Amino acid sequence: MLVYICKRLLSGIITIWFIATATFIGMHMVPGDPLLNDKAVTPEIRANLERAYGLDKPVPVQYLIYLRNMAKGDFGISFTQQNRRVNDIIAEHFPVSATLGVLALFFAAAGGITWGALTALYRDQWPDFVIMFLVIVCVSVPSFVFAALGQLAILRTNELLGISLLPVAGWGTLGHMIVPALVLGLGTMAYLTRLMRSSMLEVADTDYIRTAKAKGLAPSRIFFRHQLRNAILPVVTVLGPSIAAITTGGFVVELVFAIPGLGRYFVQAVQQLDYTVIMGTTVFYGAFLVLMVIAVDIVYGFIDPRIQVTKSVG
Amino acid sequence: MMAICRQFMLVYCLLLALPLTAAVPLAVDPINNEIAIVVTEEPQWLNTIKATDQISFIVIDHIAEGLMTKDANNKLIGGVAQRWELTDDKATFWLREDARWSDGKAVTAHDFVFAWQQVANPANAAEYAFLMRLFPNGEDIIAGKMPPESLGIEALDDHTLVAHLTSPTAYFLELVTFISFRPVREDFFRAQGERYAADADKMISNGPFMLTEWVHGASMRMEKNPHYWNAKAIKLDAINVPYVTGDPNAIFNLFMDNKIAMARNLDYSATKMALQRRQKLRSFKDGSVFFIEFNHREGRPAANLNLRLAMRHVYDAAELTYKVIGLPGNSPAYSIYPGFLQGENDSLLSEYPPNVPELDTKLALQYLEQAKRELGVEEIPPLTLLLSDTPNSIKQAEYFQNVMARTLGLEIKLDRQIFKQRLAKMTAGDFDLVSAGWGPDYLDAMTFADLFTSWNLNNRGRYKSDRYDALILKAQSTTDQSFRNRIFGQIQQLIYDEVVVLPQYERGYIYVLHSDIAGVRRSIIGGDENYTYAWITSREELQNKPTDGVSP
Repeated sequence: MLVYICKRLLSGIITIWFIATATFIGMHMVPGDPLLNDKAVTPEIRANLERAYGLDKPVPVQYLIYLRNMAKGDFGISFTQQNRRVNDIIAEHFPVSATLGVLALFFAAAGGITWGALTALYRDQWPDFVIMFLVIVCVSVPSFVFAALGQLAILRTNELLGISLLPVAGWGTLGHMIVPALVLGLGTMAYLTRLMRSSMLEVADTDYIRTAKAKGLAPSRIFFRHQLRNAILPVVTVLGPSIAAITTGGFVVELVFAIPGLGRYFVQAVQQLDYTVIMGTTVFYGAFLVLMVIAVDIVYGFIDPRIQVTKSVG
Repeated sequence: MMAICRQFMLVYCLLLALPLTAAVPLAVDPINNEIAIVVTEEPQWLNTIKATDQISFIVIDHIAEGLMTKDANNKLIGGVAQRWELTDDKATFWLREDARWSDGKAVTAHDFVFAWQQVANPANAAEYAFLMRLFPNGEDIIAGKMPPESLGIEALDDHTLVAHLTSPTAYFLELVTFISFRPVREDFFRAQGERYAADADKMISNGPFMLTEWVHGASMRMEKNPHYWNAKAIKLDAINVPYVTGDPNAIFNLFMDNKIAMARNLDYSATKMALQRRQKLRSFKDGSVFFIEFNHREGRPAANLNLRLAMRHVYDAAELTYKVIGLPGNSPAYSIYPGFLQGENDSLLSEYPPNVPELDTKLALQYLEQAKRELGVEEIPPLTLLLSDTPNSIKQAEYFQNVMARTLGLEIKLDRQIFKQRLAKMTAGDFDLVSAGWGPDYLDAMTFADLFTSWNLNNRGRYKSDRYDALILKAQSTTDQSFRNRIFGQIQQLIYDEVVVLPQYERGYIYVLHSDIAGVRRSIIGGDENYTYAWITSREELQNKPTDGVSP
């Protein structure tokens, strides 16, 4: 087990190095640089800026400096948030995104497993059709529409009741999180519902379910103990990457609900060509994704004892 | 599975145990005498030496005061300076003896000298360093050839500041209201090191308010500065900034939910909703003018005057503004000067009305034929229009594309780029036409007029005319306002005759303001909006009520 984890971690580090290098190259190939601004500056001021930010050195040297600092865990100082270290930006804003992401994933997983199981149970009956129709809506409508609608719904409810039932935007209490987390989790919930449905249907046709039925077990016992438990594995597989996707993909939701999460910084950094923040957040999210995938592999062993991680490599 | 369910239930119960809502600042709080507003982004740098963005300007305008400032009606008045004298070669300021920093120490002339030296200091790499070229040695300091201490400004004593000028600067008093000219106290600046102005406790104020809380990316709070020399004129006790979001719909929703005192950039649906709720609609023009800039570099088709003339006579700025952009508040532009610029007795634009080009396809086609002959081509090759990747710019560019194809048979290719990439291509001259704009740096027509001089780095189309350059040099050498205005009129005519650019529209927008708040100052330069002199009207009612035991 330990050897396996070590091997996985090592390959993870190589993956992260690759991500960092590819991002660095891509970023420098894009025309423009973070020092360009609406109003042009004189060559002297431009030179002063380049010196201050270390952009006067050749790109390969910048790359080496960057790698050395990254190995030390230092991502440098942001170009746009000019007094802030990228490490601080990540440390202050990632927990916000993560909290929102975990809550969203909680909604997504609880909803996805429940709806998926229900559609399988009522296959080709009206609950199946209704839920699957909603699933298609949730998959195809982009999150900014749901975010705007969700916010409008809060506003109208507050107006109707004459009190602030839920805050329209902002951050700090559970009330601030509920609607944004629901909106953020909808897409994943829809995806998990479909996954759970097909997985449940597959399990329903297996011999052991038929045996259980033949033995005369109670349908509820078959459903919960045998069918659900066996069908949940593929859902767990995608949960890891989903956490990463949800915590990184919250840009729109964070913008609409004025949430101080990392997603906003990530997208703004790309638009502003903020080199250090782009590199910092990309590498951080890359590492996060890699760790999640490894974690899921380990969790497998607990859910299904037949999967022995040590044997799956070499 | 049951275990997982139980875990879910546990998490759920824990979440429910958290408070659902906490005390949220109200848009207007008459009891605590506070208001709440929104900003669209985190301020990038509250260090006055280096600040460049709008949001930082808004905050700094509340917490730092310069030598000169603006009153509630936007009139230029003394700030830290009590008296001043401007001549062709120097400006002298006599500072108030009661001007104080928020720790109680006096604001002195040395604080200004230090601040301006630091703006010029190449080690700070300030983008606005060029402003210090106004003073002797400024240029050499920026280039690293002289020490910052040699800047041509001096503190005669603690309360007298003399700024020597390299050339007569008619608008110098206006100019010193700008962010880069605010004071910085050397001992405090040095004590904070690199973290200066990075957090609320790493800054010090000499303005009406001071920043007491700053949660990055989330919220800020500015409280009244008790040491401010004119504190009795400041009526609000605090300004809260509980939200940071750039989404105009979210901002409008927060306003409708009574969480913020002002919402701007209303679109049509928000305008309609605001009217239904009987909100008073207000409009504001921020002084920015947008235009299509041509690439005048040699060998580029757009360098041909007749081609530009052809485009001018089919392009309808009014149709673009009202029908294509269609956002309330904008107005069509026929000049590079915005409406706010003052002439002698009236606005510059009414004293020197711009030509409105006649829409005449026949005439335009004649110009086009002439252009083809001069360029020696059968057909004008496809022209590239560079634009930014925002819905509004795309709409405008598609309109332009359509008009040119329909009337002149010109093919326009759209080159959509995000912010920095567009700037890079503009600077490199990699375009035929570019949709561009300009906002003023100071309240004088010169900030627009000198845009197309051969030495201006923002002249990205590289228009070059000896007559244009000579006119600007003449205007720069005098403080005679009516003479300068005449030159600005001639510049406007020259831009029209030579079709240096095609003016499109002057930007404006609709906003709504809480009905219980008054005295909000809107400004074209620096941080907009400004709540320094704002007050809560319902608070007066509250205070005037006879105290008969009924709580408010």
